[in-house]
Amino acid sequence: MTTNTPQVPSSASVSRLMLHVGYALIPGTAAYVWLFGSGVLIQILLACVTAVISEGVILMLRKRPVLQTLADGSALLTAVLLALAISPIAPWWIIVLGTAFAIIFGKQLYGGIGYNPFNPAMLGYVMLLISFPLEMTLWPAAFSLLEHTPTLQTSIDVIFNSGLGIDTVSGATPLDAIKTQLGQGLDIPTTLISPRYGDLFGSLAGVGWEVVSIGFLLGGLYLLVTGRIAWQIPAAMLATLGILASVFYLIDSSRYISPLLHLFGGASMLGAFFIATDPVSAATTPRGRIYYGIGIGVFTFVIRTWGGYPEGLAFAVLLMNMAAPTIDHYTRPAVFGQRKG
Amino acid sequence: MTTASPKIFNFHGGLYLDEHKSVSTSRRIETAPIPAMLVLPLSQHIGAAAKPCVAVGDTVLKGQLIAKADGRVSSQVHASSSGKVVAIEQRAVPHPSQLKAECIIIETDGRDIAIEQAQTGLANYHSLSTNELRQRIHDAGIVGLGGAGFPSHVKLKPNGHQVETLILNAAECEPYISCDDMLMREQAPAIINGLRIMQHALHAKNCMIGIEDNKVEAFIALQEALGQSDDIEIVRVPTRYPAGGERQLIYSLTGKQAPSQGRPLEIGIVCHNVGTAAAVHNAVTKAEPLISRVVTLTGSGIPQPRNMRVLIGTPIDDLLAHCHANKADIGRTMIGGPMMGFAIDATASPVTKTTNCILVTHQRDIQKPATALPCIRCGECADVCPMNLLPQQLYWYAHSQEFDHIQDYNLFDCIECGCCDVVCPSRIPLAQYFRFAKTAIWQQERDTEKSNKARQRHELRLERLEREKIEKRERHNRKKAALKKEPDQKEDPKKAAILAAMKRVQEKKSTTGITPGNTDNLSAEQQHKIDEANARRANLNKNNNKNGP
Repeated sequence: MTTNTPQVPSSASVSRLMLHVGYALIPGTAAYVWLFGSGVLIQILLACVTAVISEGVILMLRKRPVLQTLADGSALLTAVLLALAISPIAPWWIIVLGTAFAIIFGKQLYGGIGYNPFNPAMLGYVMLLISFPLEMTLWPAAFSLLEHTPTLQTSIDVIFNSGLGIDTVSGATPLDAIKTQLGQGLDIPTTLISPRYGDLFGSLAGVGWEVVSIGFLLGGLYLLVTGRIAWQIPAAMLATLGILASVFYLIDSSRYISPLLHLFGGASMLGAFFIATDPVSAATTPRGRIYYGIGIGVFTFVIRTWGGYPEGLAFAVLLMNMAAPTIDHYTRPAVFGQRKG
Repeated sequence: MTTASPKIFNFHGGLYLDEHKSVSTSRRIETAPIPAMLVLPLSQHIGAAAKPCVAVGDTVLKGQLIAKADGRVSSQVHASSSGKVVAIEQRAVPHPSQLKAECIIIETDGRDIAIEQAQTGLANYHSLSTNELRQRIHDAGIVGLGGAGFPSHVKLKPNGHQVETLILNAAECEPYISCDDMLMREQAPAIINGLRIMQHALHAKNCMIGIEDNKVEAFIALQEALGQSDDIEIVRVPTRYPAGGERQLIYSLTGKQAPSQGRPLEIGIVCHNVGTAAAVHNAVTKAEPLISRVVTLTGSGIPQPRNMRVLIGTPIDDLLAHCHANKADIGRTMIGGPMMGFAIDATASPVTKTTNCILVTHQRDIQKPATALPCIRCGECADVCPMNLLPQQLYWYAHSQEFDHIQDYNLFDCIECGCCDVVCPSRIPLAQYFRFAKTAIWQQERDTEKSNKARQRHELRLERLEREKIEKRERHNRKKAALKKEPDQKEDPKKAAILAAMKRVQEKKSTTGITPGNTDNLSAEQQHKIDEANARRANLNKNNNKNGP
């Protein structure tokens, strides 16, 4: 028996890290519930139960410690992120299928936490988006845009009862509306003042969505300040997205959406601080993380602007996941003593 | 006096750790009693083990040379007290491997009689040449007392390099350890003088002392010892582990990076520890060999943590007993600090020249080692690595034993400071993985060397066999070729002779039928010779007749 140094007490742990990421999601999630109804909470609950069951079953099959592994909290975090990424009014089987796919195929079959090359939540999301485009693109409208404020019962009906009453709660998302209108040859200024879509837009981005984004931004800043996520990824991603959007907006504001809408509409804030920063699938060198963030910013902008989907973040993250090992290889820092000076 | 605060260069990474130093600095350095037995390992330093020059049964005096340095990188060993050599045998020594090593065992007589040293102490070291100084330091058996134990006389030789700066490492950055701190508080003048001797030996242009800013008393003591002189610059560095790592301290003070895998001497810098400076002072000015050192006895298993001046060779058990440590309560005994030290099982092991701290943990404070989870590549380790390595990548390759890749990621630049371990959320024992990988690679290289030699031997043998085969074949071919040519001359002659004979016979038969006589068909010359011979014979006969009776 040998005792290895160092022997100093350490409070660092994976579950603590995951817990704090969970805390940081609270402001955004609270805003989401407040402005779009309790559907989000139902989705989160469904996702968590699915994640625990699928991870537990696979761990048993793989003959790995079940409780100890579940306690790291990573499966729950994947579940919550996926639940926040999909529409709160999607039918229950969407989130169940997506979470099970994310945990089983995205994570456990690669060997569990630490070995998955792709962000499991984004893998689940993209699988759902490709397989069930209809369910995945039906989004709720903010309460302020609805005639009747939906109740918890409405959410339960919508999710569990084959979308009963879904017409009373759904509405177009800002990015979606602009994409649709541009497809019909209508430019953005027209959309912004059109009777059908005009109310969708608030002072920064979409009504409701902008508040949710600010909530995620606050949570993300908490993680940054407490040193729980690397600053390089969110900074590089948001800066790239903002700069690209500004350049194109300045070139032609009738065809390209504003940088504010890019940053505060859609999933930019959630993606920048909570999804792109998943350390397992991201680049790990300090310089590499900057390139990684830039890449996500570029792909997000390109897919949103010229791609077939209104939101490109999930694809951007997966594409950069693939590039991460290469980025790491070429961005090794100079070891102390190997520089001149 | 140093008043202006010079620029400090910040090294990458590092950690602010709980210091736990004040527990052992409230008492003055205490002198440990002479133990009944002294166990003096022959190898307390880096390099070749010393060779015993005493035999079992010999009586030895305090300070007497008992084992001689073997070669250039080696060090002398002296008896720490007077007594009798009772054994020279394998004993437990403080080493991470926990293996036994050859030791000289002295049963002390308690009289502590010192030997008359051949040389006398010199107050004015300037009268000695640098070679003579180094010889004295060598003879005194001084090695780096900071923990590495590199023979000091070797490190005081510039080897053709111009030494720009001599740095005295007074950082002592590991938690719990306070022996250097206490030595500076109590013997600052000796340290300053020792430093000047070393500066003289190296012909170093500048001299600096790097001390962590948490050691206020020691800093003041050094300043007082320095007085009005300005030949030495005392620089306070932030208390951030590992500020006392040689490369980190050099960078903090000078902004220069010692080359990766090279020595600081290559950039004109030499670094020595404060304890070494004091030992050099004693060796040169008092002609005292290195037979004792200050050791920190601390940790929750020691009722009253303290620093002690301990004779080299004193068994750790004696010190624990002296400090009233209850053996049953001891959960773990470590040599060195909690970051880079190592645990030992055999507390009968002696204090050696490099034992700076004995860290004893009460068993109630022993934490079960955390179960390591998979690496999530969060990069915390890279953020704190003072060598700017990527421990997460090193771990990946160490784990999969891809030793080629791990060297691409500069495994051998790792100083094993353990910062990465402390911050790892997955609680992976990273430093341990890196130590393991280094050992495995060294082993592999030794094996490769061995197998290279074996292969060379094998190849030489094959070559020799091949050569012999070729030679054999050539010999054979030559023989064969010779055989092939000879038949024309060997077989034919018989036939030819027969044929020729038959031909001659035929010719004779056909021409004369009579065999010619010996004197037939003579040439003119032959006839002339015959005539001469006949004439001589006739002449001889005539003379004989004349002289005859």
